[in-house]
Amino acid sequence: MTLNHYLILSFILFSIGVAGVLLRRNIIIVLMSLELIFNSVNISLAAFAYYLKSITGTVFVVFNITVAAAEVAIGLAILVAVYRTRKTVNVEELKDMRY
Amino acid sequence: MDIWALLIVPLAAALIITFITRKRAELSSYVSVGAVVICFLIVLPYFVRMLGNPHFEHIEQSFLWLDIPGLMVEMGTIIDPLSLIMLFIVTFVGSLIHIYSRNYMHGEKGYARFFASLSLFIFSMLGIVLANNFIMIFVFWELVGLASYLLIGFYFEKPSAADAAKKAFLVNRIGDFGFILGIFVLYYATGTFNFIEMAHIIQAGNVSSGTLGLAALLIFCGAMGKSAQFPLHVWLPDAMEGPTPVSALIHAATMVAAGVYMLARTGFLYAAAPQEAMMVIAYIGGITAFMAALLALGQSDIKRIIAYSTLSSLGYMVMSVGVGGTGAGMFYLMTHAFFKALLFLGAGSVIHACHTNDIWEMGKLYPKMKVTAVTFILGALAMMGIFPFSGFWSKDEILTSVFSSGNYLLFGVGVLTAGITALFMTKVVAVTFFGEKRYHSHPHESPVGMTIPLVVLAIFAVIAGFAGLPGLDPNFGTFVSAVAGSAAAHAGEHGAHAEHHFNYFVAITSTIAVFIGIIIGWLIYSKKSIDNNAIAEKFSGFYKALQNRLYIDHFYDRVIVAGIYNNIARLFNFIEVYIIIHFVLNGIAYVTRQIGKALRLTISGQLQHYAFAMVGGVLVLMIIFVLL
Amino acid sequence: MEGFPILSVIMLSPLAAVLLLLFIDDARVAVVRGIAIASTSISLGLSIYLLCIYDKAKGGFQFIEKIEWVRSLGISYHLGVDGISVAMVLLTSLVIFTGVFVSWVGIKHRIREHYMFLLLLVSGVYGVFMSLDLVFFFLFYELAVIPMYPLIGIWGSANREYATMKLTLYLSLGAMVALLGLLSLYFTAGAKTGVYTFDMLQIASLSYETGYQIKVFLPLLFGFGVLVPLAPFHSWSPTGHAAAPSAVSMLHAGVLMKLGAYGIIRAMWILPEGAQYWMPWVAGLSLINIFYGGMVAMSRRDMKFMIGYSSSSHMGYVLLGLATVNYIGVNGAVLLMFAHGVMTALAFSLIGFVYDQAHTRMIYDFSGLAKKVPFVAVAFAIMGFASSGLPGLANFVAELMVFIGAFKEYPIHAIVAVFGIIITATYMLRCLRDVFFREPMEKWDDLRDARTFVERLPFVILIAVLLVVGFYPTVIVDVINSGVVPLVDKLNAAKIG
Repeated sequence: MTLNHYLILSFILFSIGVAGVLLRRNIIIVLMSLELIFNSVNISLAAFAYYLKSITGTVFVVFNITVAAAEVAIGLAILVAVYRTRKTVNVEELKDMRY
Repeated sequence: MDIWALLIVPLAAALIITFITRKRAELSSYVSVGAVVICFLIVLPYFVRMLGNPHFEHIEQSFLWLDIPGLMVEMGTIIDPLSLIMLFIVTFVGSLIHIYSRNYMHGEKGYARFFASLSLFIFSMLGIVLANNFIMIFVFWELVGLASYLLIGFYFEKPSAADAAKKAFLVNRIGDFGFILGIFVLYYATGTFNFIEMAHIIQAGNVSSGTLGLAALLIFCGAMGKSAQFPLHVWLPDAMEGPTPVSALIHAATMVAAGVYMLARTGFLYAAAPQEAMMVIAYIGGITAFMAALLALGQSDIKRIIAYSTLSSLGYMVMSVGVGGTGAGMFYLMTHAFFKALLFLGAGSVIHACHTNDIWEMGKLYPKMKVTAVTFILGALAMMGIFPFSGFWSKDEILTSVFSSGNYLLFGVGVLTAGITALFMTKVVAVTFFGEKRYHSHPHESPVGMTIPLVVLAIFAVIAGFAGLPGLDPNFGTFVSAVAGSAAAHAGEHGAHAEHHFNYFVAITSTIAVFIGIIIGWLIYSKKSIDNNAIAEKFSGFYKALQNRLYIDHFYDRVIVAGIYNNIARLFNFIEVYIIIHFVLNGIAYVTRQIGKALRLTISGQLQHYAFAMVGGVLVLMIIFVLL
Repeated sequence: MEGFPILSVIMLSPLAAVLLLLFIDDARVAVVRGIAIASTSISLGLSIYLLCIYDKAKGGFQFIEKIEWVRSLGISYHLGVDGISVAMVLLTSLVIFTGVFVSWVGIKHRIREHYMFLLLLVSGVYGVFMSLDLVFFFLFYELAVIPMYPLIGIWGSANREYATMKLTLYLSLGAMVALLGLLSLYFTAGAKTGVYTFDMLQIASLSYETGYQIKVFLPLLFGFGVLVPLAPFHSWSPTGHAAAPSAVSMLHAGVLMKLGAYGIIRAMWILPEGAQYWMPWVAGLSLINIFYGGMVAMSRRDMKFMIGYSSSSHMGYVLLGLATVNYIGVNGAVLLMFAHGVMTALAFSLIGFVYDQAHTRMIYDFSGLAKKVPFVAVAFAIMGFASSGLPGLANFVAELMVFIGAFKEYPIHAIVAVFGIIITATYMLRCLRDVFFREPMEKWDDLRDARTFVERLPFVILIAVLLVVGFYPTVIVDVINSGVVPLVDKLNAAKIG
């Protein structure tokens, strides 16, 4: 298991995440894809931390997890609110914020 | 300290009336009258002492008002013969007019306001008289302007009164524009505002004559405004919109004479100024005197006739100062204060009785109001300058000084003016008090409170001239030439003697002119052997011009005021609104908005479009990064 | 009182009131007003006390408070006042104190929010006048400008969206440009000494190359000049005045515009040679302010616009006074900032008082109001005469000093400036005549005069200040002078060198 393995894993997860954000229409899936991106970054941070013998990366991972948790909480709360008013979770239909 | 009381007492009266006794008219009037009488009583001992010793050491008291590096301004008072004479006139005539006003204004709605304004006026006027430096005189100069504004606009609901008040203030402002610049010129030339210090520096010859000439003319602008000299004379006739006692006090006896007083006070400047500058002053005075006398002929409003005669008298005084006869000017100022106040108060009494200003709606008032009529006629005789009334002596002195200065043209103008003055005064007296009855109301003699001031003033109008009797020592001229800071006072000589010898030629010429005026007036208005209307028709163009004030007011209104207002102000407003705001600013905003409109089409509202753009952007950056 | 943080208390007391107001129920109007009045009276009382205890003989910056904030960048919370700031602080206190009362009468909805924004703004203003640290200076400057946006946008009258947008954009633009200059100073001063600090005293104590001074003074002049307002960047100001509610107009014309002039004074102090280089231009521009502003004011029929343009005209005298760079002129300029602040606050409070009842401000809609509202008429007349420089009122002294100072350096400018006084008198007296004099109109029969204590208090205070300073200017000129002398000395040294 070299650093590259972790990075490749991270890259794959990241790509899946980006594809999910870009292509899926269900906003919950989009949100989950976002989390995937987050975690891919966390993996690479942790890997770097391990191989560079530096604590900084690990600290960042912990930070990230905390922030991500908060973000998911807020994001889901917004989603629930949106669903209540709009009765839809389709991203294409949520397009009021335009010209 | 009692000198400062001269300022504090009237100011306190004005404040007390404004804040405390406003609602109680009677009490307010007592406060105001009391204040001015107290001032008179303060002045009197000084005045009497001065009569005994004209060359007493002048008294100066001042305190620091503003002190920053490079600029020290004091507020200070000076007591010397000149200021005492003026103090005496202001407080004495002022007291009489206050007393008169209590009856005249009785029952008016703004009774308390009227007296508060009068007290404010007395405060400001005494400030001018007492001032020992230019800043202080300017401060009070403006404040009398304020008092005058308030009193002219006393009947502020009347549009004409509101207009007149504004006009008076603004025209004075134009004069003061020159005045303040003149003060600056002098300040930078001498480094002081104080009259006496300045006089010493100028007498030492440390200031170039060009500067002095400029300063003299600029300072004179102030006098032109306040003393209503041509071409700034237009406000004074309109100022008659104010109540009659105001016309008597402010626009005849005291405030308008402040210009002449100021010229006398700054005599050191005019003594040193180049001859050309003095000639400008003398000719402006002459023009004013002559023009105003002519204009008086064309009027039928009793107050306006007297107002124009005041203008004419002021022109006389200024002319006198211009030819170097400051003493004569001041002498005329004093006698004028008495007889002109008398004439105005008399006119007020008549107006009070007839409820009109038009002399053609009066007539044959003599039997009804004897006291008023007799005193008025005495005033008129003094004004015309009949021997031995006060006007004779003072006018004679002015004409003598003009004559002896060699300005024969001005002398001719002066004599002619005297003749015209006699003509229109005869007209007023004849039409108002004699002739056939044309009034509609029931005129009756005014109450005692009004007639006593008339009588007192009449006495002074008759005898005041003896103060300047040639050969008397000390006479009036002695006192004036003892003004603090003047060269004469400095050397302690009697400057007056050289100035005025009684000149029989002058006296006889002017007396003849006056009698010709009276006779013509008598023939036209009393005997009717010359038909009034026939003359008016024969010279209809000229007569019409006179009635329209020679179109000078028209010129100002239509050309200057309208020119500035309609053209310059509108032009600037046009630039502001259309060019700066609409074109440039809103133009920039418009362009920005249009660009924004075009760009906002890229905002689809689709979350994933933005995400695509972002990812695409990152990819592009990565490619660039790798390639480079 | 040794060690008592008087400046912080003056500045933070409105801010504390803002925080307190957050927790007050909207409906409890009396409490809201009480808090506003209490906090502003603390500031006012202390400002007067400050004027009394400021050591004029010693001069310089006093009552210094310094707390380090970000050490690595050299930023600290650093307050201190010199003679000029003392006068400005007092002015601010007077205007906000009276403004609170004017709002009491004038503002009928969302009272709590109104006071919150108003007090927030004032904290910012105090901060600018007291800050000796450029970061805080700038921060407070923005704090003084930004609340203007909601204040005009929410409580304003006709055309308020346009006005508030224009005002905010203009002022932000000015602030941004000024920030460029300030940052440049920070880096240059830091490079010189090796210690990077935003300490104004430190930055001002250094001397800079003439070329640099000339270059950097310009953005500062322009940036602060927008707020003065320096012609031709003045057009935000009358529009803003016209749309703003009375108390906001008062602060706006009375205090905010002075921030600009104050900024220029500080820039002159830091960059004396740059100032000397640009001052003739400022003198020239000031004439445009005076003459052009006056003429536009003359042709306006809306009273607030008239006063708005007249303010820009009067600020021209301030600029002219500053441009003279001599003791007399600069003293006059600062005194005029004070006097004009008070006078214009009076003007807007009076117009607001009439407008709130009549719902029009057009001169031609009125006539003969003096019969209906004598108190307001008298106050308006005093304001008009103060504005046109009548002796006995503070503006006269200030204008006189500006003229005397200007006459020495720029005689031609001075003549035009003195002429400007006639223009002012013309439109003021015309307004007075048309609105208050002549025949009363029936439709204004139910207009009510200022009768109650609350209604009269602001007018009385402002008039009293005008009179006191007008009759005995030394009360405040002494203090101002102690701040002006070192400034002018420094500038003059730069001229010779």
